[in-house]
Amino acid sequence: MDAVLDNLGAYREGFVTTLELSVLSSALALVLGTLLAAMRVSPVPTLRAAGATYVELVRNTPLTVVFFFVVFVLPQLDILLPYFAFAVIALTVYHAAFFCEAVRSGINAVGVGQAEAARSIGLTFGQSLRLVVLPQAFRTVIPPLINVVIALIKNSSIAAAFGVVELTATGTRLANANGDAVIAILAGVAVCYLVLTLPSGWLAGRLERRVAVAR
Amino acid sequence: MTEAVLYDAAGPRGRRRILLGSIAGVVGVAAVVGVAVARLAAKGSFDAELWRVLTEGAVQRLIGRGLVATLRAAVVAMVLAMAVGAVLAVGRLSRRAWLARAAGAWVELFRGLPLLLLIFFLFLALPAVGITISVFWALVAGLTLYNGAVIGEIFRAGILSLPMGQTEAAYAIGLRRGQTLRLILIPQGVRRMLPALISQLVTLLKDTSLGFVIGYAELLRNGRTAVEFLGGRYSIPIYTAIAVVYIAVNASLSLLARWLDRRTRRRFGQTVQASVADEAA
Repeated sequence: MDAVLDNLGAYREGFVTTLELSVLSSALALVLGTLLAAMRVSPVPTLRAAGATYVELVRNTPLTVVFFFVVFVLPQLDILLPYFAFAVIALTVYHAAFFCEAVRSGINAVGVGQAEAARSIGLTFGQSLRLVVLPQAFRTVIPPLINVVIALIKNSSIAAAFGVVELTATGTRLANANGDAVIAILAGVAVCYLVLTLPSGWLAGRLERRVAVAR
Repeated sequence: MTEAVLYDAAGPRGRRRILLGSIAGVVGVAAVVGVAVARLAAKGSFDAELWRVLTEGAVQRLIGRGLVATLRAAVVAMVLAMAVGAVLAVGRLSRRAWLARAAGAWVELFRGLPLLLLIFFLFLALPAVGITISVFWALVAGLTLYNGAVIGEIFRAGILSLPMGQTEAAYAIGLRRGQTLRLILIPQGVRRMLPALISQLVTLLKDTSLGFVIGYAELLRNGRTAVEFLGGRYSIPIYTAIAVVYIAVNASLSLLARWLDRRTRRRFGQTVQASVADEAA
């Protein structure tokens, strides 16, 4: 326990880094994912194929392999960034595919009549998507989106293996430095993650039930 | 399905616009890729000699051994996780409140933690209390703890998705609760959750790559070993080969899951859908 209390500063830094990593990557991945979802339902076959290929490739590749490509291949293109930026890129590229699928399933959950009505009053594809379908889709899609964010928070731990000192890396460093208190130190890290993931999970569950009743 | 009604089939002008736009888009993407390729080519990344390394027996054996190790960890972890998941699902469905709550807390706890942290916990903390654990078992145990919780939820969703009439009919002919579960609910539930179970296997297979972090010689680790031995110039061909192997294995499993899903829905109605978030983690 003392080992945990003595290193509260390190914990805080790790926690903040994990938070920064997650928030930044979630925001970027949500934008990219929504764009991909719009591509996947668009009237243009080329865009549909491009979106589908992206999602299919990424969802079958381990995040660790995505990290490998970003961290080891981008420098070969003379793109040299700090490890933190590399981690944000890898997390964004990977999770955009899952945000896309969540948004797309939301689009499909909106009643067909809504889209038909939008089209019959003469709205174009872009207008019906923007003004009628997406606003309704986002409501049903908020719980799955929160769940993808939770997955992203957990997956951000992989950045520990690629030079970013976030929560998990802090934990292993402290564990190596305090061989007598490994369990307490890692349990401390676990609590930090649970503080982020459990309340978000409950929130998602509650919203899901509310939306389910509304339909 | 809302997608299908969002637009009409394009007319001649629309088709022409789409064609021109697609060509412009392809040219744009090709330009970006071209710049990247040119930069890599300037460094000699596309020299045939670099890619010929993939035809070498030693490299192929290393990647093959890595794939076997990856599949071995995935299969052992999947079997164990399904056993854990079955126990958790039955526990959460139990009428004994303490048991249901304990199983629920277990699921929430292990689903809320990063898998990598679980693996580190097993790998670093167990030796601290005097239990030695090999990297293989640290990886498999971590995968089992995490995926057991997720699979438990899939099992539970499969059983809860069955109509109440099934349980009521079973009680009406005098079956006890355990018998109802064993004879009526589980056989029907399994069919509905099989597709979701296979997608979870894909996730589990992807997650075995975390074994790389603790030094388990699986596919990715062996790729890294090859690059370290041959030199950084070989990173693009080797990692590309590794990615292709992962995508080939996982995409065939995903196709199987989708086919099973369609077939089950056609024959038996509903199926349990794997959540997008579980696929991501």
